[in-house]
Amino acid sequence: MKIAAPIQWKKNLLYIPLGLLALFYLIPLYVMLVTGFKSFAEVDLTTMWNLPKTIAFDNFIEAFDNLAPHMWNSLIMVIPAAVISSVLGSLNGFILAKWKFKYADLIFPFILFGMFIPYQSILIPLVQFMNAAHITGIPGLILAHVIYGIPITTLTFRNYYASLPQELLEAAKIDGADMLGIYWHILLPISAPSFVVVLIWQFTSAWNDFLFAVVLTNNKTWPVTVALNNMAGSQIISWNVQMAASLLAALPPLLLYIMLGKYFLRGLLAGSLKG
Amino acid sequence: MLTKSRDKDKYLSIILITPSVLAVLIFVYGFIAWSVRVSVSKWKGLNPDYTFVGLQNYIDLFADPRFQLDIRNTLLFTAVFVIGTIVLGFFAAVLLDQGLKGENFFRSLYLFPMAISYIVTGVVWRWLMNPATGDRTSGLNLLFQFLHLDFLKNAWHTTPDWGIAAIAIPAIWQMSGYTMALYLAGLRAIPGELTEAAQIDGASSFQIYRYIILPLLSPVTLSALIILGHMSLKVFDLIISVAGKQYMLDVPAIYMWQTTFDGLFYGRGAAISILLLLSVAVLIIPYIRYTLKTETDQ
Repeated sequence: MKIAAPIQWKKNLLYIPLGLLALFYLIPLYVMLVTGFKSFAEVDLTTMWNLPKTIAFDNFIEAFDNLAPHMWNSLIMVIPAAVISSVLGSLNGFILAKWKFKYADLIFPFILFGMFIPYQSILIPLVQFMNAAHITGIPGLILAHVIYGIPITTLTFRNYYASLPQELLEAAKIDGADMLGIYWHILLPISAPSFVVVLIWQFTSAWNDFLFAVVLTNNKTWPVTVALNNMAGSQIISWNVQMAASLLAALPPLLLYIMLGKYFLRGLLAGSLKG
Repeated sequence: MLTKSRDKDKYLSIILITPSVLAVLIFVYGFIAWSVRVSVSKWKGLNPDYTFVGLQNYIDLFADPRFQLDIRNTLLFTAVFVIGTIVLGFFAAVLLDQGLKGENFFRSLYLFPMAISYIVTGVVWRWLMNPATGDRTSGLNLLFQFLHLDFLKNAWHTTPDWGIAAIAIPAIWQMSGYTMALYLAGLRAIPGELTEAAQIDGASSFQIYRYIILPLLSPVTLSALIILGHMSLKVFDLIISVAGKQYMLDVPAIYMWQTTFDGLFYGRGAAISILLLLSVAVLIIPYIRYTLKTETDQ
């Protein structure tokens, strides 16, 4: 809704609250950036709002030295987790939307609930199971993200496939295509946008996860979130390096967001069952 | 011939979905059942001990001052977080819906915190909400001082009794873009004729929002309440990264983690986790039913 034809200058006043809101969201980013680019000599908590006098990379270099192995852990964990759960979600979504068998409508909410549970309620068994099965460290984390990612990936694909006209499938069936043929030749080629949505979503949530990581990994296999949190909790690493490290840890999902924000938004709305 | 291949497809579809269904069955429902079993056991220490103690762990929890504090903290955090996120998100959505130039830019900007981990948010806000005073004043307090807004200076999460409300500030920062997106989608779905008719009848912008738009957006508000409410019950990483494990800022998720994995009180930890699950389920199960029902009705 647009407010009734306001005079233009009056409308421009709206840029004031818009700008103030923008400042609010930018404050942490500003602090991370100006701190990151100061030299060690210049860094001081009491001048944390000042712009750097000269551009230096001391903080980023030290942060990177500390964080690089853990960023690597995150990366090799997140990519398989995102890909596998997306493929499973696509198959499940296809079956639940277009190949309904008897209990399909019961199975869907049953899967969906898994996306909202507090993971604490499965944490003790998960750790017991992983230890008993000797699946530890990064493979264990991948497994957890794949399985607990199934609900959201299934939901996204199911909603997308359900929006496609049934005639699309009927025509192919008359031509003699079987189920897998229909999936492979008809649905998969038009699924790319949903794959992007789901891959970004899974990449971001696995990259940003802390709870699974903190119980399933050790100091060698920590992903970036656990490493960053321990950095911040230690007395050894100063706040300015923490700021630079925060920016490094935020960078991969942030870059995805900047490049593919539209798809990120769709994942977000799907997550509230509103996709 | 045709029926035969249909049958084959039917079985194939069941076979293909079975691994996922089994995985959810075991890792969600099976593990919840396992947690329930731990929660009624006296397991304490490294080795599992499933000796049945009934509801003792639950009874002990409700008498436990720490758990009482957790409930109080969760309620306070939820109130500040949910109200703040909804109000700010709605306000931002209304502003963005006025057809101003640069709308896309502002929208993307308001939403970017959603892409960031709570840990990152927490580490940065830990320094923004630095409670140090005097010469060592820094963070937002220093900014307030510079802007001559000294009355805003405060001890943030170290404020006695009310510290948990300060933790809601970074949470609002992170999540208000999300409610903005929900409301914006809702606003866009309202047919223009409705508000135009009211304008012709002489309604003011405020009246239009108050009596036409807000009621029409109530399903969005309901979704936002439920999604944000269930998130705030689960709040964990953000508190850990802002303040570490501090008794004053304790919530059930942290208590569960600490008592289980640091204290080895498995029975108690499991009981907390099941209470957490029940509180989430009360919100989420009706929500899933409602959403799927409106979907079939359409």
